[in-house]
Amino acid sequence: MATSTAAVPRPASIQKRRFGADEVAYGFTLLFALAILVVTILLVYQLWVHSAASRQKFGFSFITSTSWDPVAEKYGALPFIYGTVITSFLALLISVPLGIGAAVYLAELAPPKVSNSLTFLVELLAAVPSVIYGLIAIFTLVPLMRNYLDPALQAVGGSLTLFKGRIFGYGYLTAGVILSIMTFPFIISVSREALMAVPREQREAALALGATKWESTFNAVLPFARLGILGSIFLALARALGETMAVTMVIGNSNAIQASLFAPGQTIAAVIANEFSEATGNTYLAALVELGLVLFVLTMVINGLAQLMIMVTTKKGSAKA
Amino acid sequence: MKNFVMGIAVLPALFTATAVGAETINAAGATFPAPIYQKWFGEYKMAHSDVQVNYQAIGSGGGIRQLQEGTVDFGASDMPLTDDQMKDMKVKPLHFPTVLGAVVMSYNIPGVTAPLIFTPEAIAGIYLGDIKKWSDAKIASANPGVKLPDSEIQVIHRTESSGTTFIFTDYLSKVSPEWKSKVGTNAAVAWPTGLGGRGSDGVEGLIKQTPGAIGYVELFYAVKNKMAFGNVKNAAGKVVTPSFMSVTAAAASSKEMPADFRASITNAPGKDAYPISSFTWMLIPSEIKDAAKKNAITGFLQWMMTTGQKDCEALAYAPLPKAVADKEQKQIAMIK
Amino acid sequence: MTSRNARRNMVNKVMLTLCGVCAFLTVSTLFLILGYLIYHGAQSLNPGFFTHLPVGEGEAGGGIANSILGTAEIVVMATLIGLPVGFFAGVYLAEFGGKTFPFIVRYTADLLNGIPSIVIGIFAWTVVVVPMHHFSALAGGLALSIMLIPITARSTEQFLLEVPRSLREGALALGANKWRTIASVIVPAARKGIMTGMILGVARISGETAPLLFTSLSNQYWSGFSEPTASLPVTIYNYATSAYEDWHQLAWAAGLVLLALVLLANIAARMVISRGTSLPR
Repeated sequence: MATSTAAVPRPASIQKRRFGADEVAYGFTLLFALAILVVTILLVYQLWVHSAASRQKFGFSFITSTSWDPVAEKYGALPFIYGTVITSFLALLISVPLGIGAAVYLAELAPPKVSNSLTFLVELLAAVPSVIYGLIAIFTLVPLMRNYLDPALQAVGGSLTLFKGRIFGYGYLTAGVILSIMTFPFIISVSREALMAVPREQREAALALGATKWESTFNAVLPFARLGILGSIFLALARALGETMAVTMVIGNSNAIQASLFAPGQTIAAVIANEFSEATGNTYLAALVELGLVLFVLTMVINGLAQLMIMVTTKKGSAKA
Repeated sequence: MKNFVMGIAVLPALFTATAVGAETINAAGATFPAPIYQKWFGEYKMAHSDVQVNYQAIGSGGGIRQLQEGTVDFGASDMPLTDDQMKDMKVKPLHFPTVLGAVVMSYNIPGVTAPLIFTPEAIAGIYLGDIKKWSDAKIASANPGVKLPDSEIQVIHRTESSGTTFIFTDYLSKVSPEWKSKVGTNAAVAWPTGLGGRGSDGVEGLIKQTPGAIGYVELFYAVKNKMAFGNVKNAAGKVVTPSFMSVTAAAASSKEMPADFRASITNAPGKDAYPISSFTWMLIPSEIKDAAKKNAITGFLQWMMTTGQKDCEALAYAPLPKAVADKEQKQIAMIK
Repeated sequence: MTSRNARRNMVNKVMLTLCGVCAFLTVSTLFLILGYLIYHGAQSLNPGFFTHLPVGEGEAGGGIANSILGTAEIVVMATLIGLPVGFFAGVYLAEFGGKTFPFIVRYTADLLNGIPSIVIGIFAWTVVVVPMHHFSALAGGLALSIMLIPITARSTEQFLLEVPRSLREGALALGANKWRTIASVIVPAARKGIMTGMILGVARISGETAPLLFTSLSNQYWSGFSEPTASLPVTIYNYATSAYEDWHQLAWAAGLVLLALVLLANIAARMVISRGTSLPR
């Protein structure tokens, strides 16, 4: 670089000083960027190291074993994986239709001012701390489920194993319901963006062909935005998988797999929260850390997929640079 | 931002609070004796303002673990440490029994006001999942004249590693061979059935909110929350009400206390003994390097064994038998 | 109108109404939450609530003074560590570096952001609590700061990138070098957005419970930075799952306080963004 500016003589001192200052700034900020990498690598390392006792003892069977027995020192993650998957699935079952419906309304039907303010309110839902969801769930949702909803479901669908069994009010279904409320904002906010990113021509073309507003939305707009909507679902899923407090307050904390939706269960995050500070013995603790590792991998994969999908959509359909 | 300003303003106070005079002792462990421990620590602080004990009732398992890790100054547990647990500890802990308590069967059955009578078989059956309804013959036969509803029993147990669980499962293993082989005795077990609550507190909370529920908690929690609890038929065949008297009887009728104070008094043979009784222990490290902390702890222990015992009856715990208390005083000297 | 068209119109009306219903339902949950908290919590909001320390099992008259202070301590610590790291990392991502390395950093930041908070709690336990042999506000603060860093970095980057090129080019044309441009022109231009991102991040971590469960634990008294410390979210959790009516009341009131703080921060922050743009002064 020095040689190309040789044509214009410049005092060497000024040139050096500028170069130095920029270098410092670069190095300084680079340090902090590196910190992010270091922290993440350290985190994975610690999870790996502290779960060694359990990984070596159980190997792959950790993921397939259903026993969680501190007496016999036998630990398996399957009940928690099951609980995590079931509650997240239930949550999505409720929040995806509701969320997409709301997103359609906000993106297509509502006047811009209304749409913006309602979206703002929905996004505030994402700011509500998990423990507050749990607090409300214990005192309002659980009695509601126990006294009204669960018996109604059992009356209607009692022949299915899903709806058989004792009704506690605490259990998979209640956890699924509170999780669904917590995932609304993710689905609505991102789906709405995806819908709004669909070019006007799509809608206008459909309407010009004589479609009703709904037909235009359903047949021309939604398919165009489907990758973004899918991304929002994955985002919500990732959130639901890792959710701890609200779930542990209503899921009933029972470390076994049960078929009935009314039965108490346990999720990975909730069992760690409950048992971590008192796991006596190396294997017990390592098993819990290994659970943390499993959860980490799970959310990493789902989040990665979500980011990918959202990135593709906003690049494809968006008008902004 | 508001938090920020608040925090900054109080910063100086924080650094001085613990530096000047007040010796803060961190302890954690059992929920079983938590009510009386908190009362003791509060009283002791009033008498000796420089000793502040922060006790977190996270369960016996938690207390033991934190003691092993060295994150607390002493632990509390309803479950005596096994030789295995102690062998890896650099500083071996000493067991100091503090009080005796009763684990009661607390329940919430709408319409049933009189205390129910539970046989050992009934309790084991309920927790094994064999007895599913309140109207089951095994329960009804012990309670003639009581109209038991035909509803499901909602079984509640502890989620975390708990000394109360240890006492309860220890009792069940003694009275039910099926329980002993299927589940066993420990602070955390693989429960055949039921919902988990956190702490005796959490269990009592669940019982309160769930009609048809039954759970096991320390006597204090049931009394304080005005929940019904049952009488249990003991080894001698007599139906006994849990109280500080029947617990004292259980201690009296048990074998001689071993030198390291690790003893179990469940299913005691005495005529008036309440079968689900137990000692509870403070686990004090045998070596405390910090002289100020050592003095604070030994001072407290001394107080606890003498003056502190007077608080027991009001909170429905049984005081230490005199022979035990005397032996313990000698153990204080063993703390280096 | 043919019957087919009539049917299509019917379907149209029904589906669109359903969508409106969905929107109504989801938005109303926010008001339900607020409503419950205000209804249950307002009863216990008295001066004693804010100034008293907790009392023993089942006794009446306790307060959550130490929890409020504890949350303040922990959040302050998290902020002091997390905001600068996040901010400068964001500056790096927006202004420096080529293609690959910033991409790796961005990916890692998003990864860190998506890690469940309980796993971050495990991490903080391994690096702070275990070596220190102590639960502490410090460990809790560190856990929360790790959550704050990626949020701050990404939002800082986003707002810096939104500063129009004309501003950068103007500064460069005037002879400023890179760091001068950043420090004196770009950052000030984006400051509203950056500050908003920071406020939102701090609000988010203030409500986190899981990472504190086995790092700062809890405390019944006032405590210093290297001791177990009470915090609002953990206290709410403990009291809500207890059996005592008194403690339930306290949990509601504490929940109301926490939610009010978090929501107010969020509302304020978003209003700042929507009103201002990235144009300077």
